[in-house]
Amino acid sequence: MRSAKVLVATVAVALAGCAAAPMGSSSAAGASAPPRLGQPISEAQLAKWNIDVRTPDGLGLPPGKGSVADGKKVYDAKCLACHGEAAKGGPVFGAMVGGIGSFKTNTRVLTPGSMYPYAGVLFDYVRRAMPMNAPQSLTDDESYAVSAYILHLNGLMPANGVGDAKTFTALVMPNRDGFISDTRPDVKAERCMSNCPPISSTRGKK
Amino acid sequence: MKLSEKMKELVESSRRELQGRESKSHDPGRRRMLGRTLAMAGAAGVATQAGAQALEVPPSAKEHGRPMPANEYGMPSKFEAHVKRRRTDVFVNRQNFSDWSMTPLHQQHGIVTPNGLIFERHHNGVPDIDPDKHSFVIHGMVRQPLKFSMADLMKYPSVTKFYFHECSGNGLTDWLAPKSKTVQQTHGLLSCAQWTGVPVATLLEEAGVLKEAQWALAEGADGASHARSIPMKKLLDDALLVYASNGEMLRPENGYPLRLFTPGWEGNTSVKWLRRLKLGDKPWHLRSETARYTDPMPDGKWRQFSMEMECKSVVTSPSGGMKIKPGTIEILGFAWSGNGSIRAVDVTLDGGRTWREARLEEPVLDKTLTRFRLTVKWDGAPMTIASRAMDSTGYVQPTVDDIKKVRAIVGFVQHHNAIFPWDVAASGEVSNAIG
Ligand code: HEC
Repeated sequence: MRSAKVLVATVAVALAGCAAAPMGSSSAAGASAPPRLGQPISEAQLAKWNIDVRTPDGLGLPPGKGSVADGKKVYDAKCLACHGEAAKGGPVFGAMVGGIGSFKTNTRVLTPGSMYPYAGVLFDYVRRAMPMNAPQSLTDDESYAVSAYILHLNGLMPANGVGDAKTFTALVMPNRDGFISDTRPDVKAERCMSNCPPISSTRGKK
Repeated sequence: MKLSEKMKELVESSRRELQGRESKSHDPGRRRMLGRTLAMAGAAGVATQAGAQALEVPPSAKEHGRPMPANEYGMPSKFEAHVKRRRTDVFVNRQNFSDWSMTPLHQQHGIVTPNGLIFERHHNGVPDIDPDKHSFVIHGMVRQPLKFSMADLMKYPSVTKFYFHECSGNGLTDWLAPKSKTVQQTHGLLSCAQWTGVPVATLLEEAGVLKEAQWALAEGADGASHARSIPMKKLLDDALLVYASNGEMLRPENGYPLRLFTPGWEGNTSVKWLRRLKLGDKPWHLRSETARYTDPMPDGKWRQFSMEMECKSVVTSPSGGMKIKPGTIEILGFAWSGNGSIRAVDVTLDGGRTWREARLEEPVLDKTLTRFRLTVKWDGAPMTIASRAMDSTGYVQPTVDDIKKVRAIVGFVQHHNAIFPWDVAASGEVSNAIG
């Protein structure tokens, strides 16, 4: 994304335009303005929809808590059927444990433990999308508990650990510094028309 | 076997398959071969015995056709029932809720993908949403959070635009060795449609964007509540709240009744079944933008927020699974760029040593599939064909080798826009030659 730098300027311009648009104006310009049909709603009325967690700083992690021990109970009852014993992989999805440290080698094993930069990623995803056959059916306490259990299985939380907004924000995940932002265009190719190096293909390798 | 018998057999077997409304074969070359055989028979005309039969009046001219029903939604001919979206046959998921199916690009005529063939990617099945019950909300860093009904959204001035749409995972099975057989399987997470909707900017202005707002979370009402962080700049620039494609309301699998559309950007940022935009000052770094849809880079790193789908092209005919005959052939394909319009497409027949410029077919539009064509004579010697596109920024489509120098190609890697070779054997059989 090469556009990040001009962001501030553009937003400012858009705001200026917004402020200049007269509400309910009957001037010629006002007549061609779009209708204003949005119904005001309060954040409180939106609470059940407002389920996102901003994962780097944990903004949006709800009150509540859940222990690794309780998480195992939730897991065995509601997740094991698809994800297998101790998250080692089940009939519809592969392992959710292991892989930490695999990114320096050529076999990058992707699990919540190896891949997620913040524990909040796990809570957010479990709360919004799991169990896959009944998403958004867990209580916040259950989401904390089962997330804590998965972190524990990845060696990232002690057996007596408790997941809550504080512990999930404080936890330093192995892949925290693993991400960089888009650097493209990162490849520069030439438009060669003759005497060009052949492109790699199966024929070239025969 | 005489040509006429062979033709008859082909027609019969294909009819049997089509009437079953299911293609048992996975072979895209089949119908095309049939077409070619028929054309050849016609062209051969007087020259061959088999082609010299007198034409009979066809049964269709000697009986009633189907009467007109009082009302109906027209469907493709039953003889086209083999033209279908298909799931990948390489990366076979063990469930089909979080899965994808691909557009038969080799069977697409023109630049518009019919609605029933627009590729799909969803993360927990396709919801059936009643538009009368659907609400869309803008909240977070706005002066006034607002809720919109579908009926109200459709009262806003709309725009209608042609845009391609491509999944960042398009081609992920075929970087270093041929895994997929057909162009549907190598490139079919790509479609192009005429999208209708309301500029997101219109509604953001109504809600009043606070000056701290730099990003927005777009979230769907599906069973995965799929969500992505989108920079405000994109939302204010050209993003649309789309409710229609190709002249009718969206199909459920493409986001009915409402989706975000981010032109030129990786497909999953165009969040389907959109229920809210929440404005904030920083991105959210959710699973869908950290653990997924990111690119492995050297030193164990991952690159995220790679939004634009860079310039790319592919030959759709001849392509994997087809069979051609010596003589005049038309090389046909698509080129596109998430950063602008297509300036030129070159085609090689000799594995990249020499290239010649193909003809671009109008219209050539911004961030839209562009057709290219090149007529060549094939003498029957084996060849390796590929296309290479250049866009309006001057960016030239790279090879896998070019990309390998700067990114780590390990596992299933996103953002594959490399030149894609097809091998044509002396037999005329065409196969995937990536490698
Ligand atoms: C019906 C089968 C099913 C059930 C039950 C289920 N899951 Fe899943 N889960 C999946 C599938 C399939 C995926 C992959 C989805 C995708 O990638 O889009 C997944 C993905 C995940 C992931 C992401 C893994 C990663 O590597 O990023 C987590 C975490 C997860 N599930 C946790 C849970 C928890 C916790 C439960 C129980 C509360 C649960 N799942 C129940 C099928 C299931």
